Amino acid sequence: MSALPTPLLQVERLCFAYGERPILKDLRFSLGRGEVLAVMGGSGVGKTTILRLLAGLLRPTDGRVEVFGEDLSQANQAALYAVRRRMGLLFQFGALLTDLTCFENVAFPMREHLRLPEPMLRDLVQMKLEAVGLRGAADLYPSEISGGMARRVALARAVALDPQVILYDEPFAGLDPISLGVTARLIRTLNDALGAGSIVVTHDVAESFAIADHVAVLAPTPQGAIVVAHGTPDEMRQSQDPYVQQFLGGHEHGPVAFHMPALPIEEAFE
Amino acid sequence: MRPATRPSLLDRLSSLGAQTLALLAVLGQFKWLGARMVARLPAVLARPSLVVRQVHFLGNHSLAIIVVSGLFVGLVLGLQGYYTLRRYGSEEAIGLLVALALVRELGPVVTALLFAGRAGTALAAEIGLMKSGEQLAALEAMAVDPLRRIVAPRFIAGLIVLPILAALFSAVGVLGGWLVAVGLIGVDDGAFWSQIATGVDFWEDLMNGVWKSCVFGWAVTQIALFMGLECKPTPEGVARATTQTVVVGSLVVLGLDFVLTALMFG
Repeated sequence: MSALPTPLLQVERLCFAYGERPILKDLRFSLGRGEVLAVMGGSGVGKTTILRLLAGLLRPTDGRVEVFGEDLSQANQAALYAVRRRMGLLFQFGALLTDLTCFENVAFPMREHLRLPEPMLRDLVQMKLEAVGLRGAADLYPSEISGGMARRVALARAVALDPQVILYDEPFAGLDPISLGVTARLIRTLNDALGAGSIVVTHDVAESFAIADHVAVLAPTPQGAIVVAHGTPDEMRQSQDPYVQQFLGGHEHGPVAFHMPALPIEEAFE
Repeated sequence: MRPATRPSLLDRLSSLGAQTLALLAVLGQFKWLGARMVARLPAVLARPSLVVRQVHFLGNHSLAIIVVSGLFVGLVLGLQGYYTLRRYGSEEAIGLLVALALVRELGPVVTALLFAGRAGTALAAEIGLMKSGEQLAALEAMAVDPLRRIVAPRFIAGLIVLPILAALFSAVGVLGGWLVAVGLIGVDDGAFWSQIATGVDFWEDLMNGVWKSCVFGWAVTQIALFMGLECKPTPEGVARATTQTVVVGSLVVLGLDFVLTALMFG
């Protein structure tokens, strides 16, 4: 699906560092309505940090993050909250409120932001839980369901307010093959049904290529992670970039070393 | 020969300076947390159900330990008071001694110490675990202010609960003193109560004790919340936050008690 001219989300020259340690350098990408963008890269490259920057949970050290036309790096708390009400964020481990049942977790953002009659709220929550296949778990607590199920409940919570931008942090990690396929299709379906834009941060090549319109591949450099390639999944498969080839092929040898720098092995076992 | 690794005077001074700066930074963050919670009071009071739930959690669950401790402190005060006062033939004054000791000092102080151990640790662990489970970040991401929704209601509940618990502690303590004095020793019932009625001043003794317990409630609750919010999001970090709540909370209560006593009764 092609993006409309005015993007929902735009990232320009985004740089971020934890103190002296650079994490991200000069990232640029945008997200249009109806688009699913997969941001891919190895572990520790700064993928989760990107999502936290996009949600305004972290402030960039340089550059801009613009969501719905609002520059998050300059926004005050009220403006940030106004943006986040139209945004859904799925945390890597769900981050469900452990003292509430699955039903109440999904109802939570509705109770906080909307004044709905209880029967209508109950119907809406049931529909969200039905969409992730967990209506039967409504009365269970997060400690009583598996990690993968908790992530699906968290997904229902993330889309509870019908967001226009949905951010997914590693939605495929640790899922069984059935849940994996269902979740991937769900991300695509939800995105299209809501007319939203989705950013999926992941290192799962097969599933993300199956649902994404565009893919941005991140590679680590000493100055922070940069986008080395950006395009459709087909363009990525054709890419001659050595990092993209190593990442997609899962090769041990390439621009990114599998082993961290260390003493020669002979010296280590002396 | 001096070992090469021994730190120089300059190193020690710079380390002392760094520690002082770190302490000042923590105090600044603590003050900042207090200011941000006060700024959210109107929004929290608009949803009293959040505060009521926390008053129940902090207050009701601390009731047993407060009542039992108050009873035993009163019993012991009664006995100790009798051993001393009988030398002067003033056993009737046991009631006054027990009541004054409780409402001016022991009620607010011991309740605050017990509250730090019972409810403060629970608060610090709860907030710390919410932080380590990314629940606070999830609230932020849902455009729900964790300070308004989670932290400030607990703060207000602590302010409300501690004076009530301290009053209960003192009341049960006086009953404990009465059991020993009237039931065990045989002090005249009327003398016991009339000494209290005439010797305990409402503003000077009773209300100063209430003010003390309000200050202790503020201190212990904010320390517990601060420790939870600032802890490392690891099991060890949460464990440390609960321990620090008791250690710092108790020391601050004892220090504040000295200052308040000097100001109120000096």
